[in-house]
Amino acid sequence: MIEIENVTFHHGKSPILKDVSLTIKRGGITALIGPNGAGKSTLFALMARLLPLQSGKISFDAMDIRQTPSRELAKKLAILRQDTHVASRITVQDMVGFGRFPHHQGRATSLDHDKVQAALNVFDLADIAERFIDELSGGQRQRVLVAMAYAQDTEYLLLDEPLNNLDMHFARNLMHQLRDLADNHGKTIVVVLHEINYAAAHADTIIALKNGEVAAHSRTDEFMTEEAISRIYDMSVKVKAVDGLKMALHHV
Amino acid sequence: MRHHFAPLQRTSALWPIVLAVVLLGLVAGSLVTGAANVSALDLFRRGESGDILLVSRLPRTLATILTGASLAVAGVIMQTLVRNRFVEPATTGTGECAALGLLATLLLVPGAPLLAKMAISSAAAFAGTAIFLALVSRLPPTQPLLVPLTGIVYGGIIGSISIFIAYENDLLQYISVWMNGEFSGVLQGRYELLWASGAAALAAYFYADQFTVAGFGKDTAHGLGLSYRAVMIAGLSIVALITSFTVLTVGMLPFVGLVVPNIISRFRGDNTKETLPLVAILGGALVLASDLIGRLIRYPYEIPAGTIFGVLGTGVFLWLLFARPARRG
Amino acid sequence: MARTFCILGLCTLLSITAFMVLGARGNWDFILVFRGTKLVALVLVATAIAVATIVFQTLTSNRILTPSIMGFDALYILLQTALVFILGGFGFASLAPELKFALELCLLSAASLALFGSLIGQGMHDLFRMLLVGVVFGVLFRSLTGLLQRMIDPNEFSVLQGSLFASFNKVDTTLIALATPLVLACCALAWHKRNVWDVMALGREQAISLGLNYKRELMVGLALVTALIATSTALVGPVAFFGLLVSAISYEVTKTHHHGPIFLSSILISIIVLVGGQAIFERVLGLGATLSIVVEFLGGLVFLFLILRRVRV
Repeated sequence: MIEIENVTFHHGKSPILKDVSLTIKRGGITALIGPNGAGKSTLFALMARLLPLQSGKISFDAMDIRQTPSRELAKKLAILRQDTHVASRITVQDMVGFGRFPHHQGRATSLDHDKVQAALNVFDLADIAERFIDELSGGQRQRVLVAMAYAQDTEYLLLDEPLNNLDMHFARNLMHQLRDLADNHGKTIVVVLHEINYAAAHADTIIALKNGEVAAHSRTDEFMTEEAISRIYDMSVKVKAVDGLKMALHHV
Repeated sequence: MRHHFAPLQRTSALWPIVLAVVLLGLVAGSLVTGAANVSALDLFRRGESGDILLVSRLPRTLATILTGASLAVAGVIMQTLVRNRFVEPATTGTGECAALGLLATLLLVPGAPLLAKMAISSAAAFAGTAIFLALVSRLPPTQPLLVPLTGIVYGGIIGSISIFIAYENDLLQYISVWMNGEFSGVLQGRYELLWASGAAALAAYFYADQFTVAGFGKDTAHGLGLSYRAVMIAGLSIVALITSFTVLTVGMLPFVGLVVPNIISRFRGDNTKETLPLVAILGGALVLASDLIGRLIRYPYEIPAGTIFGVLGTGVFLWLLFARPARRG
Repeated sequence: MARTFCILGLCTLLSITAFMVLGARGNWDFILVFRGTKLVALVLVATAIAVATIVFQTLTSNRILTPSIMGFDALYILLQTALVFILGGFGFASLAPELKFALELCLLSAASLALFGSLIGQGMHDLFRMLLVGVVFGVLFRSLTGLLQRMIDPNEFSVLQGSLFASFNKVDTTLIALATPLVLACCALAWHKRNVWDVMALGREQAISLGLNYKRELMVGLALVTALIATSTALVGPVAFFGLLVSAISYEVTKTHHHGPIFLSSILISIIVLVGGQAIFERVLGLGATLSIVVEFLGGLVFLFLILRRVRV
């Protein structure tokens, strides 16, 4: 369970998050959505301890992120930023292998090797394991990073706009993989999404932020109403059911 | 900034006047500052004091203004033609190439007349800058900071060739004189080349509109019926001449051509025809101010104007770098 | 990999032998002591620059920036000049060299952590902006140094002269007793943390995600870099592109991201270039102190090459 209590964040004088409190239950995929500037990425960065908390408290299964050493947290949650850029020439296998670092601190055991191998197989990377990541396409590189987070073998997985720069083929693939991780591997996944329909199609729960406050927090099918979406994005949006799935028609 | 049209129009006449008044004040200060005690009025009297003014103080003041003004103009031309805010003779290897050319004449044709030295040095500066431009034309336009960065290192490489040659031939002190601008050695009869540098800067004024148009890009320039190539060559020639005149007579003053046009551009925009006079006046004023500070701060010793400007100029440069909003990553 | 290290090791031995033996005439007791001291100093400098550059490039997740390009050694010389300015030439000269060095080291650590720590902490996304800022900082530091030197009484100025250009000929051997344990300690720490550097090289977010105390490792790394650069600058003066030359070759020959082999190979390459180069330039070509200039020239070319290649990728 992720508990966010009274988190407020200011950038200079302007408030980004205003007294945000949330409880995210274990299991499933929770999508974090909202218009630009709503505070999604800031909330993500705070949860991922990439930004220091200014006030309030965040904890994962009662592990307070301010009290727990970073190394212990790394066994609890893995994070994936959209703009991850790695300068060194590293092979796919080694890169995924770094996901095991929190567990072995540089001295890999055969268990670690097995886990890496498993991650390579799950994400269909075995064939390109020896390639350098700077030779890969954007979609492949994204898969490597997801595999790395998977190899980290944590209960929680946080992703910040992972679909950026992916074409629709890879975007849907990635969402399917996340779904698989949640359903078959018991992971709890929180993902910041820009496009509401990916949340509608793949998330169990949706949290909507607006102007630094929680504007909605409910099950996906309950959330997907014309009223809620129009209110959050300040525009009128039609919602239609397609094969039983509610989709927002915000393009027209 | 430029869309606040009305207030700019109202103040546009004020700028040159204010700058000119400041410059005149500095000139007066420069004339009365020095080891010997003279007043500006001595200029019109006969005698020793008048001689000091005519032989030393006045030439020094004029040399400072000419150098500052023409280097600043060279900066505007480069920035317009390369379409990059961060280029000037010191960040494109132009100064280093001029010095290398001078070094070559010194070694190969030691007895060459001044004019021949100037010609070779200018040609070297022109060629070196042209090579640099060819090099950076391959850089992506989305990375404007890469251009000065490449230029500074390019200049460093050319400079290390010069230093190597100079070291082996015991000519190092020449390099240091050429690359460090200072005006303490300026006397009547030893700075007049700078008038030619000023003339080159003046010539730029008549090309101003062409530079502005060329700054819109090759296609637009062609669309407007301009010979892009000819304007490029004219602009580079002016820059090369100004740089080599400066290097030979008083030494290179880095960052004048970078800082001054950026300040003017911030407040007055980029219409070259309108801004060139301002750039020239501000350039002259700032270099003169640096020279004055250098003469006063450790009186009676002197600190080179280039050193003072190096501190002030890099300060402003850093401010420019950070004042622009950082690119979102 | 083993073959690479065999070749590097051989070349290193060859360089050292050439340096000691070439053109040696007369009393061997004297030559051994004289050249030996210089050799130790050069090896120290080579090691310090190699390790500092690698760690710095790791901390900044790139392979173009080096501490020297970012103005670390210019800052050191500025601080040294500022000390002379504040204490006066006589006061400065009367300080014990160890105390002087320790003082300079503390100042440099404080200044560089304040300046570069915050820069690296936030804005590393825009590498080229960082580079340009670093280069301009270097120019600013040098100008300030020039200004201060002119402010200092000409008599006091002479205390400083000779430390403004890199010279592998005139090594300040008085500091060897102090520099040796310092460099060794730094290298030991860098080696001990080699697995940590592997992760730091992935960038801030990945490092935090993988459970490193990013801030602490960054500060430790910067402190290491500062100490090593201060040592090498105190011994031979500033060298802009030498570290870049060494690190670029080292990445090229090892083709790995593991810091163990990278450290080893870069130290060996650094010794080969510096000691071997000095042997050739001084003993064979008879070209005084120009090795540093040639190294800067080559390093500059490598720098341009790396930048242009990076752009194309």
